[in-house]
Formats: sequence, C-alpha cells, structure tokens
Amino acid sequence: MSKVKLIQGNVACALGALAAGADFYAGYPITPSTEIAEFMASRLPKIGGHFIQMEDEIASMGAIIGASAVGHKAFTATSGPGFSLMQELLGYAVITELPLVVVDVMRAGPSTGLPTLPSQSDVQQARWGTHGDHAIIAISPASVTETYFETIRAFNLAEKYRTPVVLLIDEKIGHLRERFDVPDDFVPKIINRKTVVDKKAQYVPYENTADLVPPFVPLGQGVHWHITGLTHDEKGFYSSNPQVVDKSIRRLSAKIEDNKKDICKLETVFTEDADILLVAYGSVSRTAQEALNQLRAEGIKVGLVRLITLWPFADEEIAKLLAGKKAVMVPEMNLGQIFKEVDRVARGVKVFAQSRVDGDLITPAEIVAKVKEVL
Amino acid sequence: MEAVYEKYFRDNIPHIWCAGCGNGIVMGAFARAMEKLGWDQDDTVVLSGIGCSSRITGYLDFSTMHTAHGRALAVATGVKMAEPRLKVVVFMGDGDAAAIGGNHFIHACRRNLDITAVVINNYIYGMTGGQFSPLTPFGKKATTAPYGSIDRSFDMVELAKGAGASYVARGDVFHVKQLVDLLAEAGEHKGFSLVEVISACPVSYGRNNKMAEPIDLLMQIKKDTVNIKAAQNMSEEDLAGKIVVGRHYQADLPEYSEVYADMVAGLQKGGEGR
Ligand SMILES: Cc1ncc(C[n+]2csc(CCOP(=O)(O)OP(=O)(O)O)c2C)c(N)n1
Ligand code: SF4
Repeated sequence: MSKVKLIQGNVACALGALAAGADFYAGYPITPSTEIAEFMASRLPKIGGHFIQMEDEIASMGAIIGASAVGHKAFTATSGPGFSLMQELLGYAVITELPLVVVDVMRAGPSTGLPTLPSQSDVQQARWGTHGDHAIIAISPASVTETYFETIRAFNLAEKYRTPVVLLIDEKIGHLRERFDVPDDFVPKIINRKTVVDKKAQYVPYENTADLVPPFVPLGQGVHWHITGLTHDEKGFYSSNPQVVDKSIRRLSAKIEDNKKDICKLETVFTEDADILLVAYGSVSRTAQEALNQLRAEGIKVGLVRLITLWPFADEEIAKLLAGKKAVMVPEMNLGQIFKEVDRVARGVKVFAQSRVDGDLITPAEIVAKVKEVL
Repeated sequence: MEAVYEKYFRDNIPHIWCAGCGNGIVMGAFARAMEKLGWDQDDTVVLSGIGCSSRITGYLDFSTMHTAHGRALAVATGVKMAEPRLKVVVFMGDGDAAAIGGNHFIHACRRNLDITAVVINNYIYGMTGGQFSPLTPFGKKATTAPYGSIDRSFDMVELAKGAGASYVARGDVFHVKQLVDLLAEAGEHKGFSLVEVISACPVSYGRNNKMAEPIDLLMQIKKDTVNIKAAQNMSEEDLAGKIVVGRHYQADLPEYSEVYADMVAGLQKGGEGR
C-alpha cells in the first residue's frame, strides 16, 4: 500500500461488501449504521448496482430477500431497533435458504436506548431474535481492517451455506477511524452460491444433498420453482408431513452446526500457559488485550480468547481452551450474553462476567482490577 | 380454456380453497389475462403474501414466491429493482395489502415501479377464520366484530390514487370477462398498477353475514356493482352503497427502475447524475 489510509469501520464494511460482490443494498437510516447506507447510495449507482431506501426495516429486509431470490448479493445495515423489525423476515431467509447479509451496528437498548453509544447487547437477538428453531451465523469484528475482511467472509459464508449472516459491529468499531491495512491490489477470494449445470433438467430446490446445502437457481431464469416460508418438501412446496418437516428443520440447523470448523473463527493470545483466560470480542477484545499486556508485565499469567465468529458458538474449541484454567473472565458490553455461553461449556471451570451497560467502554484498568480480584 | 389452464397452472391442483371461494375465479381470470398478454412465463415472477388468496402462487406455473404476511410488495420491490427485465405480479388479500402491508402498499404506489398488484378483497381475514379487515364494510359482522364492525373502511382505489399509483382499477368475480380485461390492461401498463378484485368468501365472510351460500355473495356482488361508464351518468344518491368497477385511473408517470437506470447511465458517462 502506498499511503496510510484512515477510514471508518462502517466504511470498511461497505468496502468489504463491494469487494465481496454485493450489488444490491436496501435500508432505512438509523444511527450508528447510517454511513453504510450513505456510502452505498453514492457508490452503487456508479458501478451499475442498485441502492434503494425503503419505508422501514421490514421493507428493507423484504427488498434484499427479493434481490437475493433473483440471484443478487444483497445486504442491509441497521441497529438494534431496526434489527428487531427485521426478525420475522430474517427467519424467512433462513427457511427459504436465501443468502444475504444483515449488518447490525450495535447501540444500547432496549428500545431507543442510547442511540449514539456502543453496546454488544444484540448478541442474543442475533441468535434467537427470529421465531422457530434455527441456526444462524454471526460475526463480530474488532478493528476497521478486520471489519473489511469479515464483511467479505460474511458474504462468502452466506453464499456457501445459503443462509443469512449477521455482522455484529459495535458502535465503537463502526465509528472508529483507524489505519486501513488492505493493500490496493488485494483480490479477495469470492464464493458464489452453488448452482446446477443443467437448468432445464429437473431442479430440486431443496434437495437433500450430501453437503446439506442445496444448489440454487435464481427466480426468473426459466425454472419455475416455488419459494415459501411454509415448511416445504424438497421441491419447495408446502408440506406438513412430520418426516419431511423434521428432516428439513434439522438440515437447516445441521448445515451450520455441523460446519463449525469452517465457520467458527477465533484467535488466541498466550492461552497455553495462562492461569486465567479472558474471552472477549469486538472492541472489548482490544481492551482485554491491553489489560493482558499490563498483567503479563506484572508477571500474571493471563491469556485471551478473541471470538470473531459468535454464532454458531465454538463449544468444543472453547471448552478445550478453558480446560484446567483457574478462572475465566468474560468482559462485554451487555449483561452477560456471551458469558452464559462460555459458562455453559466451561465444564467446572469458574467463569466470571464483567458487564457494562451504561454506554461507556470497559477500561483496561477495570479488567486488570477484576482479574486480580478473581485470582 | 382447458389448454389455458394447463399452460398456466401447475399440476398440483386440487387447491385448498373452499367451494364457492372467489380465489379460484381470480386465478382463472389471471390465466386468461396472461394468455391475452402473451408474457413469457420464464420472465415473469409472481409473488404473494400470506392468506387464503396468497396461496395462489403455489398453483401458478411461473417462478413464484409466497412471502410473509403483508410483505409481498417489499419483496417484489427487490425483485424488480434487481432485475428490471422481469415482469412482476403480486397477489395479496385485503388484510395482507391494507392492514399489515399498508405501509408497503402506499410506498409501492408512490415509487411507481412496474409491478402489477392484485388485491383480492373478500372483506375479511379468510385464512384465520373471519376477523374484520380494514376493508370490511362498516356494520358488517366478523368474529372479532360480533356486533358489527365499528371501523371505517378504506377505499383501495382512492388510497392507491392518493398514494401515486399510475393505474388503478377495480373488478369483481361476477364480471369475469371484465376482470380478465382489467388484469391484462394492468399488466400492459408501465408503472405501478392496482387491480382490486371484489371477491367472495362464503365461509368466513358470508356465514357471518347471512350469505353462507356461495351464490348469495355472487348475487350480492352482481347487485352492488356498477360499471364506471354507467356510473358517470348516475347521481350521488343513486351511487350510494354501489361499488364502481372498471378502470378508475391511468397516468403516464416515470417508472422507478427506468429513472434509476437513467441515473446510472448518466453517472457512467462521467456525469454526477441528477
Ligand atoms: C405477522 C403475521 N401476523 C398474523 C398472521 C396470521 N394471518 C395469516 S393470514 C391472515 C389474514 C388473511 O386475510 P387476508 O389478507 O384478507 O387474506 P385472505 O385469507 O382473506 O385471502 C392473518 C392475520 C401471520 N401469518 N403473520
Ligand atoms: S375461508 Fe374464504 S377466502 Fe379462504 S378459501 Fe375459504 S372461502 Fe376462500
């Protein structure tokens, strides 16, 4: 790279989406995500893509679902209140297996809450916000550069697994301006949804293929298939046959849960010799890294597990990292939404939550103090 | 006629609709309108919301999408924006379009994307068993209006006109030939078109309102409707309580995906757009 570029997390997300091949954006303005819409409004028409501002977030989800159904890579960006409105149609995208990306730049709730301040309180909304049994992929980046790469990965995973993917960016990262370390000539690896070779041959839109992900043919390309949010058979038509329903609902979860090796991503820092582990994600993981540096300097053996993929939760991998540790601490800007997951897989290791829900960041000093208290 | 049905219907009929339901009449009229228009089924996407009427997409031999309650127009907007080459038709029930989907409806009218919207108005929530909708006439009974509805109802034609739709018509399931013509005309029209179809639900509406026999509702529709041409020479008194059917409005207005394409073309020539 020639010059040092300083850009904002939200802009890195928009650039990542474009690099991934997104050519359709529909959205409704909401702080702290609006810069993504503004960037797409300016850029997409110039490259022949489509930008549309819809009447609300429900409509925005509807529009990207429609665009995805006709074969486009589509996404929207919002924050907590808008994400709540999107939940019904998020489930529609899950059961109809339409790839798309929903960016939630998290602010503190409930309700209008703290519109301009950071939070990580939509983590469980991303997991269980839509009704019904389902699996979901959610990713939470911790820097501007990582936001770019993880946005590309979000699109790739959406396409690969024919599923919606949620990108959970906390306001701090969304609005952070920092060095953007992506070489000008960087060419990302792009995944496009799998299709069929012969479109005229009998197409089975929800075929039980060995990889659990059926091939896709866009609507309006000569194959008259049917998409419905009702439970459906392999041909896509409504079925209430218990065997058919059971098989399809289990497959929807399995195609994600059985591929954790591919989907889950985390980083570890000094975990091997550590007595105490920090588990963190998003902007808080940077604070945790800083606390770790200070504690290590004092000779206290602390390690860090930095989660990048939040859902599906990397149960086994995390359980292994935790095994034999004296204690684990989960600092996060909510009342313990990932803490409860870590505690669930800790198998007897003591896990402590460190919560902050006042719109302020958790400081390294707070983590240092808490570690010392726990030890 | 058989050949028309064979061409446009999937082979999964019988359908779920009750005997005497107007939905089948609308579906038949749509097939005949398609035959008139000669659209390529491969280039046509048909969408619907949720309700008895919205099950129509399961039976039509096109690329079809049965969406969520009230959201069909939002999804259709994405389809048409992303692939303007496609013909897009959307079927909705009265609750679907005017209650839960009311916001999407007025904004779809306003944008004027080239979408043909068909609202099958049976005055009731059919699928959930007969609750009143925003189109249930004042005083009519429903399971959630056991003493008669005290809600004022929308006039879909006026709503669509006010919101900016560029083609607005109303047909009914008694005058089927007219309905076929209106559906074809709406399809032909460039821009957002609405065809409201006054329909019959003997089971959830008729039974609550002393018109349980399918023929009762059809006769009532025959009696209540007056063609827009005849209506022009009628006094306001004569028109009271009448349902005016026919083409109500048509205007040549800029179509949204074309306006967008113009902006894109301008930008790609190096301009700054409009
Ligand atoms: C979000 C949501 N709310 C409520 C329902 C339940 N529901 C299904 S169909 C329907 C109303 C159907 O009435 P209408 O749109 O008039 O269509 P009809 O069945 O009469 O053709 C309702 C309320 C639903 N499916 N989704
Ligand atoms: S309940 Fe009414 S609208 Fe639904 S299928 Fe029966 S007659 Fe038709």
